[in-house]
Amino acid sequence: MGIELCSWGDMDYFLQQLVNGLTLGSIYGLIAIGYTMVFGIIGMVNFAHGDVFMLSTFISVIVLLILTQILGISSIALALFLVLIAAMVLTALWNWAIERVAYRPLRGSFRLAPLISAIGMSIFLMNFVQVVQGPRNKSVPPLMTDLLVIPIGTSNITISLKQIFIMATTALLLAAFWYVVQKTSLGRAQRACEQDRKMAALLGIDVDRTVSITFVLGAALAAVAGVMYVVQYGVVNFSDGFVPGVKAFTAAVLGGIGSLPGAVLGGLLIGLIEVMWSAYFSIDYKDVAAFSILAIVLIFMPSGLLGKPDVEKV
Amino acid sequence: MRDARNKPLASGRPATIAAFKDAALVGLATLGLGFPILAYRTEQNISNQLIIEPRWALAFSFAGLAFALRLAWLMTSAGRSSIPTWSMPVLSKRAGDTISRAGLGILLAYPFLALWITGPGGAIKWIDNFGIQILIYVMLGWGLNIVVGLAGLLDLGYVAFYAVGAYTTALLSTHFGLSFWLCLPLAGMFAALWGVLLGFPVLRLRGDYLAIVTLAFGEIIRLVLINWVDVTGGYAGISSIPRPTFFGIPFNATETGFAATFGLEFTPLHRLFFLFYLILALALLTNWVTIRLRRLPIGRAWEALREDEIAAKALGIDTVITKLTAFAIGAMFGGFAGAFIAARQAFISPEMFVFMESAVILAIVVLGGMGSQIGVAIAAIVMVGGTELLRELDWLKAIFGKDFDPTQYRMLLFGLAMVAIMIWKPRGLISNREPTIALGAKKSISSSLVREGHG
Amino acid sequence: MEQRGGTILAVEHLTMRFGGLLAVQDLSFSVERGQITALIGPNGAGKTTVFNCITGFYRPTQGRIALTNGTPLSRPLLDRLTGSSLRHLREGTNEVFLLERMAGHEITAKAHVARTFQNIRLFSGMTCLENLLVAQHNALTRASGYSVLGLIGAPSWRAAEARSIERASAWLERIGLIGRADDPAGDLPYGDQRRLEIARAMLTDPVLLCLDEPAAGLNPRESAALSALLRTIRDADGVSILLIEHDMSVVMEISDHIVVLEYGLKISDGSPESVRDDPKVIAAYLGVDDAEVAGAEAELDATVAGRST
Repeated sequence: MGIELCSWGDMDYFLQQLVNGLTLGSIYGLIAIGYTMVFGIIGMVNFAHGDVFMLSTFISVIVLLILTQILGISSIALALFLVLIAAMVLTALWNWAIERVAYRPLRGSFRLAPLISAIGMSIFLMNFVQVVQGPRNKSVPPLMTDLLVIPIGTSNITISLKQIFIMATTALLLAAFWYVVQKTSLGRAQRACEQDRKMAALLGIDVDRTVSITFVLGAALAAVAGVMYVVQYGVVNFSDGFVPGVKAFTAAVLGGIGSLPGAVLGGLLIGLIEVMWSAYFSIDYKDVAAFSILAIVLIFMPSGLLGKPDVEKV
Repeated sequence: MRDARNKPLASGRPATIAAFKDAALVGLATLGLGFPILAYRTEQNISNQLIIEPRWALAFSFAGLAFALRLAWLMTSAGRSSIPTWSMPVLSKRAGDTISRAGLGILLAYPFLALWITGPGGAIKWIDNFGIQILIYVMLGWGLNIVVGLAGLLDLGYVAFYAVGAYTTALLSTHFGLSFWLCLPLAGMFAALWGVLLGFPVLRLRGDYLAIVTLAFGEIIRLVLINWVDVTGGYAGISSIPRPTFFGIPFNATETGFAATFGLEFTPLHRLFFLFYLILALALLTNWVTIRLRRLPIGRAWEALREDEIAAKALGIDTVITKLTAFAIGAMFGGFAGAFIAARQAFISPEMFVFMESAVILAIVVLGGMGSQIGVAIAAIVMVGGTELLRELDWLKAIFGKDFDPTQYRMLLFGLAMVAIMIWKPRGLISNREPTIALGAKKSISSSLVREGHG
Repeated sequence: MEQRGGTILAVEHLTMRFGGLLAVQDLSFSVERGQITALIGPNGAGKTTVFNCITGFYRPTQGRIALTNGTPLSRPLLDRLTGSSLRHLREGTNEVFLLERMAGHEITAKAHVARTFQNIRLFSGMTCLENLLVAQHNALTRASGYSVLGLIGAPSWRAAEARSIERASAWLERIGLIGRADDPAGDLPYGDQRRLEIARAMLTDPVLLCLDEPAAGLNPRESAALSALLRTIRDADGVSILLIEHDMSVVMEISDHIVVLEYGLKISDGSPESVRDDPKVIAAYLGVDDAEVAGAEAELDATVAGRST
């Protein structure tokens, strides 16, 4: 233990930051899965995924307001449960429609076309939300403000209830998701498409349906991240998709693109690095740190921590 | 839904019913997409609390519109046959030259035409918002085309070089009093240097990875511009950058000004005319250099690299140098454009160099048809000019009410147009490749043979 | 004309390991100037790996690949070069290159070794003529004054460009493709693409031409034309050839010297006659009887089936 190295006060601060980092990391990890799955199955960087996440934060806020203001639900737990379900379903519907309209017609076409289409979709989503919901920040009253004090030695760490909620829900949903991908025929179809789409189609796998489901699952997890984001920060804005999107993509790359555990691991690492960087170095340059990690990993370790190396044949 | 599409909607009731069913599903899906993002609007009330206001009419009208459009699509011939393919007619060299010459003539006469048609008041808008604005993007598109279209290197951070050029000009002219004409080449040189610096680490990367790393570099440069307040002024940017002069003669109302020197009556239009011809000259320079370089070994090496990097290496081409020259020359033109924008606006800030700018420039290159100079110009006119035109749609307020502001739909429509053009023509508007040399008559090369590069 | 005879390429103790796989093991052979040397062996014997080591696409795990440019290989010079950290050494007319120390493009540009690929790698979106001009890149770059003279259209550049077009046309004439000079290379039939790729490699001015399965996919008539072309390259252009080939009729007809590989090891080396009669070679090519093949296939099917359930 590094107790001798620092006083209890410093330790306290460190543990607090650790919890904050893991909370943020869970959010990044959830978004990163969407990037990694889509890249795995159709080899495309789904540029609009960050904006799908942003859309889900808006859906969460509005559904929450409908439940509390119009339907008068007073139980926060029930409200959040319903918000989670609604956000997952509605965001999944959006991503399904996006894949259907903007990406599917371009499958197997010129390699740049889906990327440009995705960038176009990203611009559209961002501006669509700005137009229909306005450019201002939307903030909801703080949720789950109860604090939990854990005594350690002579000191206490405070963990808010919402942080426990975020990490527990993330873990639970990831476990469920893992089960789907590993144990069901859907997951098998997905992995078959990842290996060789043409062969999978020949063997009777409905590739279109599998790709659709991949987008649906990715969006549902992004929506979980969206709800968690609203619970944690309470403020949403139409432009808040790009930077979390890039960071989640960084997480996916860091973990090894195509690898699901890698995406979660990468997310947690990026969350921790970002929080620790802001806590100990400079809050101004925290995004520079994230982008630098992205560049450094891609240049020096393109297969990431858990990915498979890509060898080119001559 | 799939069934309806696959079965030919020949005739008779079953087909009509299927079409109705399909359209109803589309309408329903649209309603689902519209809930709650369209159906409720969030507003801050007087006590600064977030409340929601229902507007179901909007959500339902969108759903209805989707239903009607889908039905119309399915019931008309468009739905039955596949999307009509349209290809650019292959022009003979003679016709192509005539068109280029006519285009150049129109461009040279454009400010005078604008002045003649719209008068001095209207001309400002038409020269500045349309002429100069579009030409900046044409120039940036042509610059990026060297990197993406010729060398096949996907660069999503091109705006960084534009920023380097602009900040070089702003800093050199405000701190050291260098004139625009000195700043212009320096801005190009600095940007080229940055092109090499940023190009070097990414030499091994390919495709999407290269795109993402260049995006990261672009963002890092912007974030440094924001955070390095002592030098760059942070978010506030740099203001009162000296305006370009007519080779030393300023455009002002003084006795030594342009108007007085040439015995003209002073009008702000003089500067505008000058800026228009300046950016036109810069853009044409970019075009001329690109066309010349394509016919030189270096240009052929770029295209060879795009076609097959391994084969290029086996022919003794130094791929490192070849890639770096593409980055450097592309960046240099970005730097020139940056110098121009700094002098034109007299003010720059990091907000002008966001990722969205890179995306717009790349979109122009890809939508125009990678490698095609004229395609890039057309794409810039359509995309930038088209969105600028929205500013002209004030009369729509009469229909949609006073709060309706067409300009806020600019980027929304821009995004949709990007998706639509990609689906319609995935290889861009003009996708055929023009050979650089021929023994006999030049024949366009079909886009299906031209590769897009790995990196 | 260059002096005939003597070793032009000496591969010594070449070993290439990919992780746990030993693709080439302690391989030594030499290519004689003015000869056609064939590298043959069953699939997966490591032939293309040897090519990739010679042409700089792989860095060998161990071994020396020496190439001489001009007079026969001078052993003392080679030993001096090996002891130094240099990549090539020149002494009078003798010049020796250590290919394993050079980058891929330098091997073509400086040591003048050219190659073709098993799966044809033409610039398919560029015309035949353009393909042949790209091959003259290094000479043309110098002539264009590193683009400066080219940009201003200097007369010296124009003259050099005209000469390069003439050379390209001469080669197109020679391979019977002059009529298709302005067509995209990707539009040519397979056999024409093979010949164009060889012409493109020749336009880099090689002293050694490495051909990876040049006859693959050709019909007998095209194979015969290829053999004739390779012989004129050897005899008229004075370029030594190293080729990988499966088509034994081509190999036996044109080779002066054959090296046989199996599982990364050299099993035979000599004249076509001696190799053809070598029992080890016969065993390598015909050693597995049909029953064994059938058994192996059944086993493979069972494994695949087991994995997919």
